[in-house]
Amino acid sequence: MRFFYKPLFRMVPDGTTIRFMNGRFAGLIVSAVLSLASLGLFFYPGLRLGIDFKGGVVMEARTPQPPDFAKLRAALTAHALPDAGLQSVGGHNQLMIRLESRANAAATDQAVARVHAALDQVAPGNTVLSTSAVGASVSAELFRQGLLALGLSLLMILIYIWFRFEWQFAVGAVVTLILDVTKTIGFLVITRIQFDLVMVAAILTILGYSTNDKVVVYDRMRENLRKYKTMPLRQLIDQSINETLNRTLGTSMTVFLAALPLAIFGGSSISGFAIVMLFGIVVGTSSSIFIAAPILLLLGEHRLRRDTQAPKPENAKKVQARVR
Amino acid sequence: MLYFSRLKAAAILGACLLGALLCLPNFWPAPNAWMPWRQIHLGLDLRGGSYLLMQVDMAAVAKEKLGSTVDQVRQDFRRTNIGYTRLSADQAGNRVLVQLLDPGQRAAAISALSDLLTPSNGPATLPDFDASGDGTNLILTLSQPALAARASAAVTQSIEIVRRRIDSTGIVDPQIARQGQDRIMVQLPGISDPQRIKTLLGETAHMTFHLVDESVDANAGGPVPIGDAFLPLQENPAKKVAIQQSVMVDGANLTNAQAGQDPQNGGWVVNIEFDSLGARQFSDVTSANVGHPFAIVLDNEVISDPVIREAITGGRAQISGSANAQAATDLALLLRAGALPAPLTVIEEQSVGPELGADSIRAGAYSLAVGFVLVIFFMAAFYGLFGWFANIALIANLIMMMGILSLIGATLTLPGMAGILLTLGMAVDANILINERVREEVRNGRTPLAALEAGYKRAYGTIIDSNVTALLAHVMLFIFGSGPVRGFAVTITVGIITTLFTATVLARLLTSRWYIARRPAALPV
Repeated sequence: MRFFYKPLFRMVPDGTTIRFMNGRFAGLIVSAVLSLASLGLFFYPGLRLGIDFKGGVVMEARTPQPPDFAKLRAALTAHALPDAGLQSVGGHNQLMIRLESRANAAATDQAVARVHAALDQVAPGNTVLSTSAVGASVSAELFRQGLLALGLSLLMILIYIWFRFEWQFAVGAVVTLILDVTKTIGFLVITRIQFDLVMVAAILTILGYSTNDKVVVYDRMRENLRKYKTMPLRQLIDQSINETLNRTLGTSMTVFLAALPLAIFGGSSISGFAIVMLFGIVVGTSSSIFIAAPILLLLGEHRLRRDTQAPKPENAKKVQARVR
Repeated sequence: MLYFSRLKAAAILGACLLGALLCLPNFWPAPNAWMPWRQIHLGLDLRGGSYLLMQVDMAAVAKEKLGSTVDQVRQDFRRTNIGYTRLSADQAGNRVLVQLLDPGQRAAAISALSDLLTPSNGPATLPDFDASGDGTNLILTLSQPALAARASAAVTQSIEIVRRRIDSTGIVDPQIARQGQDRIMVQLPGISDPQRIKTLLGETAHMTFHLVDESVDANAGGPVPIGDAFLPLQENPAKKVAIQQSVMVDGANLTNAQAGQDPQNGGWVVNIEFDSLGARQFSDVTSANVGHPFAIVLDNEVISDPVIREAITGGRAQISGSANAQAATDLALLLRAGALPAPLTVIEEQSVGPELGADSIRAGAYSLAVGFVLVIFFMAAFYGLFGWFANIALIANLIMMMGILSLIGATLTLPGMAGILLTLGMAVDANILINERVREEVRNGRTPLAALEAGYKRAYGTIIDSNVTALLAHVMLFIFGSGPVRGFAVTITVGIITTLFTATVLARLLTSRWYIARRPAALPV
């Protein structure tokens, strides 16, 4: 009955007074190092681009007998596809065939037809489970669009927070988001998870989630700025984080729990997405505390306090913040 | 916070009920044709099928236009006896070049070309060409707006022909749409191997009838005589046929084409019928050339070159040379649907077999169920009774979300399923925010009622702020995403909107009813 009526546990005990801002430099430095390292990984060895962005052909097929790779390779070479990569996946009779990007769309399409022919020759009665073929020009376009979506999202978030809060908050959030994204890219390089359109969606979801998290903490800071007019900003930020800690961890937990089964059971095409999400939840949650708040402290030490100390009605302050 | 008028409470429950009703069609087939039975469509990655993105060859459109202009300039100058030389098309510059023999005939030449240099359709449109150059040089430049209009018309016409070709293959429920300037998107549910369709769509299917030049042997390796072309035979590309380039009858004059069997030898043929112009041309050519071979050319390949035995005057003819029933049917289909104005190239293909799709649905549904249960247990353990209110709101949220997705006829993709799952995780955030607030207020010494009141009121601004930012990110994703990613953005966007309703309004109604019934001395937080 207690399970139905009273809460069983808390993520953290009530009334914590952890001095998060004491670790602000450590947090910023660790984050900067990780992000810089990720940036380095981005240039070398670089992201493993999926065919959405690289162009090329990926086909999955099931053969009636276990596939004879040597024979199939010979047949593919005979069909002028010596660059084909073969890999067995999932079940024992399942294989994946990869081709690098072709010079143009017509050649890509022709390559698909040739793979079919080679498969039929070596393993009659095969079923092609899936085919993806993307021409080089399309992939470049998709890449541009993906980056555009990412950039515009950041811009929209910046503008929204700037209007709803003050510019220090917006800058803090966006700098943190950029750090989050670079770390996610580093994670993608290390895990060799393919970077494709679905990954752009994953990164945008992380952005949305991470912003959401920061907005909640910011909201509390803004409220406390009005409530405790004389409290030093550093103490005020610490208190705000402590007050929202249960919510921050609680929500991270529910999103984590929702994404976890997807990472485990989702199957090859979607588990990468879920794994990146899980990483993003951890990064987004920690960066609200260790990055976004310290940046706000650095940027706002004098300005935010001066504004709020002025004995003005709340509305007047809001208007002023907007005008500025 | 406690006061809900009867009407308001009824409206809230009504909205939930409506969501459930909208959700229902997904579980049963439509009982009547007249009932509005909207379902969530399964994306091709879940039900199996093919997605093809094709590009119309715009260079070919321009080339075709320049080629026909060269012909027309030649005809116009002959008709008006204007001497000229070096008539040629300049592909790169989109222009036609010609030199007049007598510079004094320049004005006459320009007036002879009035068809090309004045707007052809209506007073508002621009002429196709601008004339420039000096002295004997005459340059006709294809204007950019004219080219753009032609390209746009080519895409529209191509879509129509692609639709006709696909429709006559009997594929159920295909989707064909223009994408951007020069692209056509085709979705073929249930077709996991689109090879045949790709071949069908890849043919321009421009058919022409030519006389064969019997004076040269195309396979001897000699030079091609002026006005001739050596084209390969379709069934044996190594063998070439010498044809006269001038078109005797154009495939555009066909009215019908049907596959059939030749009663004489049992081979497969295509029976064709001409319109009145085509029938007259066909009759003229065949009566003048009895005993000579006649070539039927499709996309620069000779499909058959039979010898004309007698004049064919009825406007009906047969094309032999098809290897089997499938080939004859496909050829008939291509001819019936008409010729594409320009070649189409497949630039992107995504095909998923039905087996793999079913696997994905299973994996997705399984993850969804497990994730759902985990979140529910977490909320119950974390917040007790208020957690259960959030859970009820969560279930209502899921139902309403499905209802709205059905209503707008959204397409559920694998990333879309991930989106639903994430929405489940995020949906309880609003309740967590409220519950934490209530808890704080209780600790600050407020009475249960005041704590609830303040909790809901103060959390509201935060909830709006945090959800609007997430919404912004996903609207961007919808605008710039494509394919499955768009499906993901749609589910999350709908999810955020339903969350705002269920997590705040519905959960509040539940809380207030409970409070009024119990009047507890302390809140179970």
